[in-house]
Amino acid sequence: MELTINGETLQVTAADDTPLLWALRDHLGMTGTKFGCGMGLCGACTVHVDGEAVRSCVTPISAATGKQIVTIEGVGATPAGKTLQEMWVALNVPQCGYCQPGQIMSAAALLRSNPKPSDADIDAAMQGNICRCGTYPRIRAAIHQGAEQLGEKS
Amino acid sequence: MSALPGLFVGSGGISRREFLASLSALGGLVLVAGLPGVIRAEGIEKYGADAMPHGWSDDPVTFLAIGEDGLVTIVVHRAEMGQGVRTGMALIIADELEADWSKVRVTQAPADEAKYGNQDTDGSRSTRHFFAPMRRCGAAARTMLEQAAAAQWGVPVSEVHADHHEVVHGKSGRRLGYGALAGAAGKLPVPPRDSLRLKEPAQFRYIGTGKTGLADGPDIAAGRARYGIDVRLEGMLYAVVARTPVLGGKVARFDAAEALAIPGVVRVLEIPSTAPPAKFQPLSGVAVVAGDTWTAMKARKALKIEWEDGAHGSYDSVAYRGELEQVARKPGTLLREEGNFGAAMAEATRKVEAEYYLPHIAHATMEPPAATARIVEGRCEVWAPTQAPQVTREDIAAQLGMEFDDVTVHVTLLGGGFGRKSKPDFAIEAAFLSQQLGGRPVKVTWTREDDLQHDYYHTVSMEHLEAGLDAQGRAVAWLHRSVAPTIVAIFAPDPKHQAPFEQGMGLVNLPFRIPNVRIENPEAAAHTRIGWFRSVSNVPHAFAVQSFAAELAAAAGRDHRDYLLELISPPRRIDPASLQDSWNYGESPQRYPVDTGRLRRVIETATREAGWGRELPRGRGLGLAAHYSFLSYTAAVIEVAVSGQGEVTIPRVDVAFDCGPQIDPDRIRSQLEGAVIMGVGLAMLGEITFKDGRVQQDNFHNYQVTRMAESPREIRLHLLPTDDWSVPLGGVGEPGLPPIAPALCNAIFAATGKRIRSLPIGAQLSGA
Repeated sequence: MELTINGETLQVTAADDTPLLWALRDHLGMTGTKFGCGMGLCGACTVHVDGEAVRSCVTPISAATGKQIVTIEGVGATPAGKTLQEMWVALNVPQCGYCQPGQIMSAAALLRSNPKPSDADIDAAMQGNICRCGTYPRIRAAIHQGAEQLGEKS
Repeated sequence: MSALPGLFVGSGGISRREFLASLSALGGLVLVAGLPGVIRAEGIEKYGADAMPHGWSDDPVTFLAIGEDGLVTIVVHRAEMGQGVRTGMALIIADELEADWSKVRVTQAPADEAKYGNQDTDGSRSTRHFFAPMRRCGAAARTMLEQAAAAQWGVPVSEVHADHHEVVHGKSGRRLGYGALAGAAGKLPVPPRDSLRLKEPAQFRYIGTGKTGLADGPDIAAGRARYGIDVRLEGMLYAVVARTPVLGGKVARFDAAEALAIPGVVRVLEIPSTAPPAKFQPLSGVAVVAGDTWTAMKARKALKIEWEDGAHGSYDSVAYRGELEQVARKPGTLLREEGNFGAAMAEATRKVEAEYYLPHIAHATMEPPAATARIVEGRCEVWAPTQAPQVTREDIAAQLGMEFDDVTVHVTLLGGGFGRKSKPDFAIEAAFLSQQLGGRPVKVTWTREDDLQHDYYHTVSMEHLEAGLDAQGRAVAWLHRSVAPTIVAIFAPDPKHQAPFEQGMGLVNLPFRIPNVRIENPEAAAHTRIGWFRSVSNVPHAFAVQSFAAELAAAAGRDHRDYLLELISPPRRIDPASLQDSWNYGESPQRYPVDTGRLRRVIETATREAGWGRELPRGRGLGLAAHYSFLSYTAAVIEVAVSGQGEVTIPRVDVAFDCGPQIDPDRIRSQLEGAVIMGVGLAMLGEITFKDGRVQQDNFHNYQVTRMAESPREIRLHLLPTDDWSVPLGGVGEPGLPPIAPALCNAIFAATGKRIRSLPIGAQLSGA
């Protein structure tokens, strides 16, 4: 099966029902996308498919072929992704860091559709991403600052 | 992973063993001048890091290397699970080394306590135990660089000093970078410990200043950080395991035909049952090994397994709660007694009684347990996100029948720990499976269902409290009966009482001045694996004590803050032993008394900053709680808003915190922020229940944790400043958590008049 990931076309030999998450992690060695629940409940596995944030743990590879897939390894090539990654570092957002790739992917999708999100917008967009360490206040601050910086650049 | 690039600073130096040997030859009590780590001769009590298995090391050759390019590599031997230890340990060494943080790299030590000192990353003690040894590492290496420069210039070493990655000769203005000096410095002997010149606090560049970023920040943001679950080896197989749903249960029989028919499945193996107690042994189960994780997960569903439940097959949370209630209403083993509780109650003007319940809680680390193992030429190598590297290595050696020296445990980043990853059952599974597969590399991944249903759960507890008030509303009598299965149950056959370390977490060491006190611990048996969860027994004890203190204030018609301060009474330093606390977090009672002045100060600070007493709209309230734990002092004031439908939102939390000197203020803040959010989650949502011995929750839809929208909108942190570096360090990772649930419930009482005594709050307020 052929998948287009971070602009590259890659071959994966796996069962059709294999979730994109496990194709990325086990078959392609791209472990930045994390496993957290397997049911689309925690957001650790968030990637972009044609620009939308999707949970790769419940997205079979058969549904992702022919689409543009972006992962945490590639999101830095987009202005929103790059800026958010910088904000995450500048504000020392992570604690254990495990959920943060998914958080950044959800945040990047948010800023793409809503360049100046309110607190309520952030709540709604980020509600599907669990952080057990409790980094939410800094995630919120990093999204606001990222939005501000992207606004200044444009 | 642990290989050090470049040149070693130093070529030998005194090993700790040699150092201890030289000391013991002196006999009697030996103090290391000016350093907080006290070494005692035999027969004298040891505390802190000295009392931990394998103690500590401060050998710079072990912990740092400097390359010819000037790059400093620092070895961190404690596990990183989000508390920031890879930044904290490194910045301590870097500061005393007078290094430039931008030229510092961090690498992780494998399990080897003989070399590094104790590696059990729990108990909020990494910085407390290793601040002094890590400072000495940095100072020793700095001294060697200064000596090398002085020798090269032919000047007295007293005329040179290290300055931001260079050594400077003040008189001539000559300078040499650390890279240029590393080779010569590495040939010098490590200077004796008592000759080291440590920095004055005013000279600290990174300690306490917050001028470093996170060691792993850029890697995490880029998705490059590698956790246990991310390990990949050539030719690796992937395994998931179906485990007995009941503690002590085992596989009766299984049929793997359908699973084996799925393309990609390599083997199906039984993991044998073990005799109780559970310890860290793998649970009885059936492992499916396949070419990828998804195939293994699918094939596991196709297994047909009959389980034999064993003795705990009737464990039922509802019935067990009833049992705990009954037990808590009768006298139990006496732990502490002052005055005469019964007589004082008989004369009390007013009597108050309440029971508080805390259910089992699961750690639910975002990275579920996972580990990878292989065996090559009789040597086993394991990669695991473990908080307990040495125990992991020992237990794997025992499980495989191998020598300790033939097992290597690489410690990866932990995607959350909270105590779960102190128990290496998952790593032993990986090693066992690799052995069964002829040494082939295999990764075991736990699914979320596995994690929630086979955790070492936070204990379930019933806390029964009674108090008598005099005519002025003052508390004159206090009874606390705490009933909870003990963590010791995973190590010993059927213990029924809380261990000293559990009693010392806010039960016996109640810091209130009340003339008649009685603290009891009736019996409770464990029917599942009980384990350390962040803050451990402080969570139920603080929930009960700090809720009850608020109930007494309300009964007396008094302001809660004023009443709490009166309960604590004047500032004084209490000997923990006088409170029947023989444990005191493993620290000296002289160095670490219970300081009620510090407890009062965090309460005064949190209430002042929160605007205690301010007018609030209807449905809003402020709640206060304070707790001493892990040798630090925390007070929280939570503002809640409760809607007509009983929905709780938290506009603001103020936390005042005193952990003594602050080494990494940003990570202290992040730990407190996280503790508030975890505390809100366990108060509002989290509950693991059992029926027929089986856990009823299996994923985040029915085991809920705090999400962004339910998090407090504003968390204001007030770190109590200290310029006094003689104050010994307190813990940071855990003490933020215990006051949160009682502060929240006290706020709900202030807002609604409804008293929550059973967690989680769940739907208790709807229809209120």
